[in-house]
Amino acid sequence: MSFGIRFFPQEASSIAGSVDALFYTLLAFAVALGLFLTVLVVGYAVKYRIGSAADRTGARARSLPLEMAWTIASLVMAFIFFGWGAVLFVRRDRPPPDAVEIAGLGKQWMWEFRHPGGQREINELHVPVGKAVVVSLASQDVIHSFYVPAFRVKQDAVPGRTANVWFIATQPGRYHLFCAEYCGTQHSEMGGWVTVLAPEQYASWLGSQGEGESLATSGGKLFRALGCSGCHGNFSKVRAPGLDGVFGQPVALANRQTVIADERYLRDSILVPNKEIAAGYQPVMPSFDGLVDEAELQMLMAYLKSLSLQSPSFPAAKNEAPQ
Amino acid sequence: MSSDLASASYLAEGAGPRSWLLTTDHKRVAWLYFVSLTAFFFLGGTFAVLMRIELATPAGDLVSDDVYNRLFSLHGIIMVWFFLVPSIPATLGNFLLPLMIGARDLAFPRLNLASWYVFMFGSLFALASVVLGGVDTGWTFYTPLSTLYANGFVSTAAFGVFIVGFSTIMTGINFIVTVHTLRAPGLTWFRLPIFVWTLYATSLVMVLATPVLAASLILIVLERVFGIGIFNPDLGGDPLLFQHLFWFYSHPAVYIMILPGMGVVSEVLPCFSRRPLFGYKAVALASMAIAVFGFLVWGHHMFVSGQSAYAGVVFSFLSFCVAIPSAIKVFNWSLTLRKGEISFETPMLYALFFLALFTFGGLAGLFLAALAIDVHVHDTYFVVAHFHYIMVGGMVTAYMAGLHFWWPKLTGRMYSEVWGRIAAAVTFIGFNLTFFPQYVLGFLGMPRRYHTYPPEFAFWHILSSAGAVVLAIGYLMPLLYLAWSLFRGAQAPANPWRATGLEWQTSSPPPAHNFDRMPTVTRPAYDYPMKGLTEKRSDPVEDLV
Repeated sequence: MSFGIRFFPQEASSIAGSVDALFYTLLAFAVALGLFLTVLVVGYAVKYRIGSAADRTGARARSLPLEMAWTIASLVMAFIFFGWGAVLFVRRDRPPPDAVEIAGLGKQWMWEFRHPGGQREINELHVPVGKAVVVSLASQDVIHSFYVPAFRVKQDAVPGRTANVWFIATQPGRYHLFCAEYCGTQHSEMGGWVTVLAPEQYASWLGSQGEGESLATSGGKLFRALGCSGCHGNFSKVRAPGLDGVFGQPVALANRQTVIADERYLRDSILVPNKEIAAGYQPVMPSFDGLVDEAELQMLMAYLKSLSLQSPSFPAAKNEAPQ
Repeated sequence: MSSDLASASYLAEGAGPRSWLLTTDHKRVAWLYFVSLTAFFFLGGTFAVLMRIELATPAGDLVSDDVYNRLFSLHGIIMVWFFLVPSIPATLGNFLLPLMIGARDLAFPRLNLASWYVFMFGSLFALASVVLGGVDTGWTFYTPLSTLYANGFVSTAAFGVFIVGFSTIMTGINFIVTVHTLRAPGLTWFRLPIFVWTLYATSLVMVLATPVLAASLILIVLERVFGIGIFNPDLGGDPLLFQHLFWFYSHPAVYIMILPGMGVVSEVLPCFSRRPLFGYKAVALASMAIAVFGFLVWGHHMFVSGQSAYAGVVFSFLSFCVAIPSAIKVFNWSLTLRKGEISFETPMLYALFFLALFTFGGLAGLFLAALAIDVHVHDTYFVVAHFHYIMVGGMVTAYMAGLHFWWPKLTGRMYSEVWGRIAAAVTFIGFNLTFFPQYVLGFLGMPRRYHTYPPEFAFWHILSSAGAVVLAIGYLMPLLYLAWSLFRGAQAPANPWRATGLEWQTSSPPPAHNFDRMPTVTRPAYDYPMKGLTEKRSDPVEDLV
């Protein structure tokens, strides 16, 4: 770290250490193998240079045992590093159950974040230390990618779908937030800082952002303003599925399949309602495609999720199918 | 063969423009390609140097962001499709494949010439997009940026790439048929030089993968021009579909680019070690394994795209598998040196540098195949460094090795050995100075395709930019001394390196019909130290070495 030259990235999340352990182990293997081959090739080049007195009897152009040995050794090493990397990778899909959920929206050329309490920030993201944070990512235009090098996390935000990325920050501080997927003219300007705060500072930061209404509340207002409650409300006359506690639960479909009502399903049900009809209901819902933008979709999602939180059967992680 | 009995060289068969532009001689078509590709290489290289100068400081001070985005997009498009994909196959491969298998020409000589015209026609579109105002999508044309949001001449550039694809397919078909049907008597599959094996494997990939690229580019133009929803989610499309289609072509295309380079090195290392290639069969079969496995790993470009985690795990596994045949080759090349009589002429220097740089790039590939690490370094300079070590450090270095190795055969002239060795060394130093710092940058988290960057990355960027200047000098030097050798170089003997291989059994440069007497093959490839060719040792040209 002398002379201001950096060799290693900061480690500031709960997974950074384990990713780096794999990185440095692989680096040690690569350096060892590279050194071995360098010594071998340079050694041969010197020893068997033209005109040298080295003994050249017994030269061979093939050796089945040797070739088998390095093929098998390569396979074994490959499988070890494959398995190690895969085990660390699949936990991306399993966020801790009690995470703070923040809506993240990528657009040319900025990141917009909205906290559960309604606090909104651009190119800045304030998170508490030691607490799991899930950023639910969407994009308004092209593909962007949420990248915080110090956390070793990266996730593309693809238009037309949502994707979650989670992390637990371990060190208070300010860390680079980048867009990693090339997104047009000002791609390199798209980013800012993630500020990790101690819990009490985080609480006071949230308080200092003004008394905005929560994301779920805004979503609820939107739910009524768009007329959703006319059919999906508790006292509606039109027969539409009730939505209390729907999030994360299995839904029986008219085509006899069952899907989990995750973000993908709820999003599609708003934008392409006839794609997956709930069993026992008529396909009468109109599409809201073009009537709600990505930010409003995220509010509606927060509202629908808040309905589920009252449900006692809320599953720990949405990927785990019940039973 | 004594010179008074030898036929006139192919270069003596007319000198006017018609004799070149209407030729069906594979050796002259190779030169048409060689001149065009050299121009594209230096055009793409100029864009790269401009980028590196811009990146010497964190702020954007040389060019605007729009210009910078055009520089890296055109650098990628030109280098991949107008240089790397055709490079070795269309130049050295075109010239040498018939000579190496003892044939008079390729199976379809007119198709061969047509492929060059198609290539030039397609490249006109690419050049038109440069002149009109450029493209700013990156070489990957990701949707919906390319279809809905890009403000450059995307359709023009994509159409150019589409057309050039047909030229690639033509070359592929021609090579496949040639290898199957025109081998000299006695030249069985397992007596073929590895260069022929790799050209064959490359041709298979060209013929099978290029149509998928063509389909995806057509779909882009359909969506961009006619508003048909394929990749645009607002129209019911899926942006990730494009990535699947694109990488289904573009990952195998990486092997189109590197396999012929592996072939060249497999010719050069045995020759200057005076040893047979170690584990010949394993190297030949590994080339085929790379061609097959190369089709199954495209998803490793999409680990963080939103594709399912389980797909990611499968693609990671297959990506580790495709590393095995490459590792096998590296071990075989290294063991070839054992107990040899090694000399260090220019082609050998380039081949040894290839071995080092390819190994280094390949090992970095393991990091990228390991899922958890890729999440961190995906779309950073780590990836940029990795594929430049393979594509430039590997492929272009092998191209230079081959160019110097066969230059006497191509031109009938010897180049300056001193300048050749100096250029090889300058290239090696410049390359590592340019691209090694980019590994560090990537690990530190520096994203790629950034016009400006945080100041803390400046140290490594400055090293990289300095290296780019050295590298540019290393590539300009051969342009000068090779051109000089055309006029002033010493006459080349038929076999200046005392190499095996049928191409060395005819004069330098060869006659238009390649061989005065059709050769018959009785020995395996790489029959060093030339035991089977003792009758050739009385050839007066041998004494020149």
